[in-house]
Amino acid sequence: MIAAARNGVIEEAWRVHSRRVLATLIRLLRDFDLAEEALHDAFLAAADRWPTDGVPASPYAWLVSAGRFRAIDKLRRRARFDAAEAELTRQIEEEAEAQAGVEPDEIADDQLRMIFTCCHPVLSPEAQVALTLRTVCGLSTEEIARAFLMRPPALAQRIVRAKARIRSANVPYEVPAHSDLPGRLDAVLKVIYLVFNEGYSAHSGESLTRVDLSDEAIRVARLLVSLLPDAEAMGLLALMLLHESRRAARTSAAGEVVLLADQDRGLWRRELIAEGGDLVERAFATRQIGPYTLQAAIALVHAQAERAEDTDWGQIVALYDVLRRAAPSAVVDLNRAVAVGMAQSPGDGLALIDALLEDGTLADYHLAHAARADMLVRMGREREALGSFERALALCQQGPERRFLEHRIADLGGMASP
Amino acid sequence: MQYMFLIYLDETKFAPMTQKERDSFTNRMLDYDDELRASGHYVVSEALKMPDEAVTVRAWDGTLATTDGPFMETKEHLSGFFLVEARDLNEAIQLAGRMPLARVGSVEVRPVDTLERIPE
Repeated sequence: MIAAARNGVIEEAWRVHSRRVLATLIRLLRDFDLAEEALHDAFLAAADRWPTDGVPASPYAWLVSAGRFRAIDKLRRRARFDAAEAELTRQIEEEAEAQAGVEPDEIADDQLRMIFTCCHPVLSPEAQVALTLRTVCGLSTEEIARAFLMRPPALAQRIVRAKARIRSANVPYEVPAHSDLPGRLDAVLKVIYLVFNEGYSAHSGESLTRVDLSDEAIRVARLLVSLLPDAEAMGLLALMLLHESRRAARTSAAGEVVLLADQDRGLWRRELIAEGGDLVERAFATRQIGPYTLQAAIALVHAQAERAEDTDWGQIVALYDVLRRAAPSAVVDLNRAVAVGMAQSPGDGLALIDALLEDGTLADYHLAHAARADMLVRMGREREALGSFERALALCQQGPERRFLEHRIADLGGMASP
Repeated sequence: MQYMFLIYLDETKFAPMTQKERDSFTNRMLDYDDELRASGHYVVSEALKMPDEAVTVRAWDGTLATTDGPFMETKEHLSGFFLVEARDLNEAIQLAGRMPLARVGSVEVRPVDTLERIPE
């Protein structure tokens, strides 16, 4: 969007329709690059015509048809000098004619096709994330690079290669068949959650949260749920909304970490909690309960407690028991151990954490040592707690979390090692 | 965002071409100009004369000094530029990739930087 963006009506149309128009143009033109050009040209035509002709009854259909027409015209001109392009042009023309009729169902399907293609398994997870953010969310290369603390040329090349890979592997532009859907949907949900987490907690550096990426993840998840009401898609959306509801409370004004138990619950966004709660209910009603839904349910138990001490820890332990079976992982075991430490006694929690640390997989995970230290503090074994906090600090990369651990160490009378 | 396309060419690649082929390149480049104008991406573009017509200027100690030829003696030399307006770096790359000269030369795509006056 360049010159056309100066016009308010066109700008609004871009905001509302551009991603859907692009999704359809990719189907009609069978090429991401060609479709992006056609999208640009369609809005250029709109900026030219709409001020005099008025906004058409269906801007979407008008833009698709303008984009398709201009793309074919451009291909024809280029084909004059290139025999290979001439043949391709003929094929695209025929196909685009055959599929030109736009049914409302197709619009939704095109958007799903776009999401599934951007998250296709021939692409690496990094490439899936980059392509999804640029194509589905419409972020610019520079914005994505900034969000991931990457240099724009590196990110740009990742996108160029991803599109080339889709072309060379002949990735079909389609919603996967029913039999492939669970696996393919899982890949899409992973990409969305990765984007959300990247925005919610930076791996290293000073900034604990990067709002834009989390917003985009929630936006794509909302779109996905509206197009394909799958239980786990609802579960993931609920999980992200429930995390998001606590954003303002999880850091202090000075940018320090505030633990769940110490958060000002008045800062939690009730409307997001309500929406997340409804989604958890809808997901449970399908009786196809997966890991995202279970994690969302756990987050919901926390969200529903008026005060930290009202938390129904027994319920949380029960949900972790189900989650461990659905998606076994050492981190889930650790979280369950912490919940047991709350529901029963810190000694019970400590025994479980120690067993996990001995097992080895969590030995270098700073939160495991921090959780161990918490149990020890509650048991009055402060000297041992100090040792575990120091171990956690040595393993932790992120600025705000490091400062949090340093405070805990100072509270116990220890010296924060640099 | 504005991006500069700096076109680097190796003249020896053009030597074996017939005059007709060279003319065709010129016309295809003018078509490319027109395409960028029509799509609203075009800001400005120029071809440059051969580097043997260049003079390099320095005024390091306040006195004007000049030397014959380009600043850098390289096999591929700067032979033209485009300034375009694009949505982002990937759109700029896509536009640059369609330039007919990209098939024989190298096109460097560089984001334009904006300098702001700093109160002294």
